[in-house]
Amino acid sequence: MSAAPDTHQPRGAALRQPPAIQRFFGSTIVSVLIYAAVMAAIIYGSFTGAQNMGYNWQWHRVPQFLWTFTDDGIEMGEMFYGLGVTIQLSLTAFALATAIGLLIALLRLSGLVVGSAVAIAFLEFIRNIPLLVLLYLFYYVLGPIFGLDRYTASVLTLAVFHSALISEILRAGINAVAVGQWEAAKSIGMTTGQTYRYIILPQSVRFMLPPMTGEVVHLIKSSAIVSVIAVAELTTIGRNIISDTFMSFEIWFTVALVYMAVTLILSVGVSFLEKRYAVDQ
Amino acid sequence: MTDRTPIIEATNMDKFYGDFHALKDVNITVHKGEKMVVCGPSGSGKSTLIRCFNGLEFHNSGTLVVDGIEVYEGAKQIRALRQEVGMVFQQFNLFPHLTVLENLMIGPMKVRGLGRTKAEETARKYLDRVHIPEQADKYPSALSGGQQQRVAIARSLCMETRIMLFDEPTSALDPEMINEVLDVMVELVDTGMTMVVVTHEMGFARKVADTMVFMEAGRIVESSPPEQFFTNPSSERCRLFLDQILEH
Ligand SMILES: Nc1ncnc2c1ncn2[C@@H]1O[C@H](COP(=O)(O)OP(=O)(O)O)[C@@H](O)[C@H]1O
Ligand SMILES: [Mg+2]
Repeated sequence: MSAAPDTHQPRGAALRQPPAIQRFFGSTIVSVLIYAAVMAAIIYGSFTGAQNMGYNWQWHRVPQFLWTFTDDGIEMGEMFYGLGVTIQLSLTAFALATAIGLLIALLRLSGLVVGSAVAIAFLEFIRNIPLLVLLYLFYYVLGPIFGLDRYTASVLTLAVFHSALISEILRAGINAVAVGQWEAAKSIGMTTGQTYRYIILPQSVRFMLPPMTGEVVHLIKSSAIVSVIAVAELTTIGRNIISDTFMSFEIWFTVALVYMAVTLILSVGVSFLEKRYAVDQ
Repeated sequence: MTDRTPIIEATNMDKFYGDFHALKDVNITVHKGEKMVVCGPSGSGKSTLIRCFNGLEFHNSGTLVVDGIEVYEGAKQIRALRQEVGMVFQQFNLFPHLTVLENLMIGPMKVRGLGRTKAEETARKYLDRVHIPEQADKYPSALSGGQQQRVAIARSLCMETRIMLFDEPTSALDPEMINEVLDVMVELVDTGMTMVVVTHEMGFARKVADTMVFMEAGRIVESSPPEQFFTNPSSERCRLFLDQILEH
């Protein structure tokens, strides 16, 4: 960014940024320092604020909700149980969202008028409803009609909500494959289905991996919303613990850290995968 | 080598891209085993013509019959047609996520339903035919342009089709690689396969062509045996074009 020519900037001394300053604030070390300073200020602020409120910190009571050491080894605490449900919920919803997303993407790519109309109507419907309202629709409206329990309603809500973005990711990935690949596959007599399966989708993976990772992270985070219908996942468990112990600061910090740890591990894992798929292409 | 049975027959064929008239009243017959070389200025409709032959494009009026199958948009037999007509592209279009061997095996296995052993046998046979058996396990990106194009030819050969179409197979190659590809194509001549080759390699054309075709602005301007085509073309446009490309 620092190397960008400044010829497009408006003339006039006042508006022209000296490149040295841009370079200074753009450099990695300065960015990290600024970030650390901001974080320190937030943490310091919340701790002194808590102190002034007379908040009684009890961090030593937190680990038991994560794990306890017994004679038989480590026993997982309530929060890990909740994390397990969050992960199971998210993975199920993600698998379903991908299936729906692929269907929608293929409908749009099919060139069939009816197919793309259905897909576009679905996309517009999902895009223009808040996630929370969608959850209420599934739980309070469709739930009684179809006999959905809270867990199923949650999975369906998350799957349907995220399928919209996932279908766009899949469509972009499919379109990113060179048109010559289609022609080569057709010219050896492959069907459209075979062409997708053996030629196009395997090549789309590398285009899809980065945005798909973002979408999984997004899904894991938005799964917290199902705590409003009391599905026993991480956020609900956190809230329950707080109502028993009144340690709201410690528990919410811990819950946030657990979400962060999971999503960071996921991102790192996928960047390894990306390297693998980048090979030989 | 050629008998007089038509294998590709186009009658009064017209093709439009939107408002653009890309093929104008094209009449052409290719016979079984015939080697036809098509040339003409860029944009004259050469690619469009041969892409109609395997149903990558569809004409808008007139009739086209290829290998006994009437070709038109939505015809049930398009896939059957494509299995009988191979095509080699200017940009090779190899499958970059598959090894050379897998590139050759995927058609026979998934389209022809051959088993893995039989497909690999076929693949190795044709990889030998294009003189690069040692590249079997590499990915296309590790090969030179000339090698990639020979793999593309082998991929088409693996389908054991009776007709092969070549769309400027050497135009994207560095000059030192052109001959290795042309040599492979010359060797195919004796197999009795029907070949329609779009190229400006006139040395190759003189060597193999039974019929020379010159196109301009969507029309077939000249269609004659090479002796006549090169020495005494009936159209002035064709003569000028030949003068231009033969200077180089
Ligand atoms: N898909 C397409 N859409 C619109 N115009 C096209 C398309 N393909 C080719 N054309 C036009 O048709 C004409 C003939 O193209 P082409 O058959 O590729 O010529 P050649 O192979 O002789 O260079 C060109 O003017 C080209 O711009
Ligand atoms: Mg062309």
